[in-house]
Amino acid sequence: MSNAAVRIKNVGFTYPRQSASCFTNLNLEVQEGERFGLFGPNGAGKTTLMNCMTGLLQFSEGSIQLLGHEITHHKKEINKLFGFVPQDFSFYQELSPAENLAFFGAWSGLQKTEIKNKTAELLEVLGLAEVRNKKVEQFSGGMKRRVNLAIGVIHNPRILFLDEPTVGVDVHTRHAIINYLKKLNEDGTTLIYTSHQLSEAEDLCNKVALIDDGKIIAHDTLNQLMIDHKEDGLEGLFINLTGKSYRNS
Amino acid sequence: MFKLRSTILKDMRILTRDRLGLVFMFVMPIVLAVVITAVQNSTFEMLNTNTVPMLICNRDTGDAGKQMQTAIEKVGMFDLKQVMPAVTDKDISEKMHAKDAVIAIIIPADFTQKLKIKADGTAKKALKNFGMQSDAVITNDSSEVQPITLLYHPVLQESFRHSINGALRSALQVVQNKEVLKSLYFALNETALPDSLEKDLINSQIGIVEIPVSRDGSRNIPNASQHNVPAWTVFAMFFVVISLGGSVVREKLNGSFVRLKTLPTNYLVALISKQLTYLFVTCIQAAVVFSIGIWLFPVMGLPKLNLPADITGLVIVTLICGWCAVSYAIMIGVFAKTQEQANGIGAVSIVLMAAVGGLLVPSFAMPESFQFVMKLSPLHWCLEAYYGLFLEGGKLKDVILNIIPLLGITFAIQLITLIGLKRKNLI
Repeated sequence: MSNAAVRIKNVGFTYPRQSASCFTNLNLEVQEGERFGLFGPNGAGKTTLMNCMTGLLQFSEGSIQLLGHEITHHKKEINKLFGFVPQDFSFYQELSPAENLAFFGAWSGLQKTEIKNKTAELLEVLGLAEVRNKKVEQFSGGMKRRVNLAIGVIHNPRILFLDEPTVGVDVHTRHAIINYLKKLNEDGTTLIYTSHQLSEAEDLCNKVALIDDGKIIAHDTLNQLMIDHKEDGLEGLFINLTGKSYRNS
Repeated sequence: MFKLRSTILKDMRILTRDRLGLVFMFVMPIVLAVVITAVQNSTFEMLNTNTVPMLICNRDTGDAGKQMQTAIEKVGMFDLKQVMPAVTDKDISEKMHAKDAVIAIIIPADFTQKLKIKADGTAKKALKNFGMQSDAVITNDSSEVQPITLLYHPVLQESFRHSINGALRSALQVVQNKEVLKSLYFALNETALPDSLEKDLINSQIGIVEIPVSRDGSRNIPNASQHNVPAWTVFAMFFVVISLGGSVVREKLNGSFVRLKTLPTNYLVALISKQLTYLFVTCIQAAVVFSIGIWLFPVMGLPKLNLPADITGLVIVTLICGWCAVSYAIMIGVFAKTQEQANGIGAVSIVLMAAVGGLLVPSFAMPESFQFVMKLSPLHWCLEAYYGLFLEGGKLKDVILNIIPLLGITFAIQLITLIGLKRKNLI
């Protein structure tokens, strides 16, 4: 019996009104409990692949399973299994963190009491308890990142997709977020993460895949990849495998 | 139900924190209703109770010129200001600007003389036709009576100019008829027409009673408030597009939409919530504007708004108008790519729909080519339904033929919105 959190089989995707495919016959597996990092240059297809995994984009070929469920079927049921932390601040800036969590908690399928308890816990853990009733539009970028994360995990998802969750934050906030993600993973949540912060990724991820031009060019534990390619860090490995030229796509 | 309740609560919170949106939704309709009613009411009063300043230059030295002047005075529409006969036409034009008179009339110098010749000729023709003076020589008056000149300021609206023209023609008719009667009477009796008989013959013996045609049989005369308050309430309801259309666009742009799509709840819940929240807003708008019409207008010296007898009908019509307005705003929000686009397209389209729908120009005065376009405007059906209740004293069953097309348009808008959401992969 497989314990794959995500299983991608022969997936192909082309954006509407574009002739070139974003990727074809793409295969990838992420096991339950992993802290998986998906890296690649700009335009490599990281966000597109993540959007396919979360059902935001509909792919034309192949299949994607989350915890054994095809994402094209029972879509709303599957949505309960995962959380998503987009790169943009995806919440209502006119509302307070508590009000945002109350709304998104309800939409995630939680009941009133569960929302109340989970909101108190998350605001405390992420250092937002003191500003729980202030409008988010008055917050700093780091505080908004924490609100963005809190909304993504309010329903205790089994898989958490994170698209550059620490972009534009200071060192303290980054550490706080990374530590919280590690804690979530210890509690059983599979993390699927993209970022351009490779040092942060080294700290967080235990398994990585490099994607370039719509193809997975490397996929293993970080240690094994560094041994295989004789590199002593993710940044060197990244340059080694993807080259040094600019990417304009 | 819990999800819907939470969504409504969220929408309410966002709405109450959008101060500009609230100003648009509540202050604008109040200002519009008060200002337009005050302006229109003063226009009615100017026409009905006040007088229009008019310069009169009587260059005639005979009786007919004076009678003409008296007849104009009796019309009651004008505040006559005399201008000396020697003043030229050009100077009269300048005086019109200086004295702020919008009209002036000039009675030509030989008005009495020419009118008498004309009247004698008409009297003789009449006698010949009666067979009473078959051998009378009918002088063919070679000199026609010169017309009375009416000078008017270009700002004067055409409809108002026509009503002034009509009033002057009626005064002129009185003077002309009087002369013809005098000639006839003299030809028959060889004495002057007695004053008492002249009054009986010339003055109208029959009055005119104006009765508004209402469905409930009441004879309340519709005032400016009855016309304006429903019209501007409808206009304001549709202006929720500024707040609601913008809110839908903001949700799409700030990424909330993306996150909502990854959650185990259908976006239709959000659409239903927005409709219920803003439907409530449109009902509050109507209640506020109607209350101002009832209680504030009389304090301001404006005519009081009389609510229709069928209050249930009024509530139902308000709900349907509000639902249509909300549906339209959501559709604009779904298709607009930026908030500026939603505001611009929303506002301009509503002004256009108001114009073709009869809010700015009465629908009966709309050119025939616009009649079809007018029927496509939801504001037209909203207005007709309200007028059926407010002006005609109708009940819900009397305005059902306005409600059916309005519901049809609303369903069409909802369908277009759903197709738009589906095509954009938003539901």
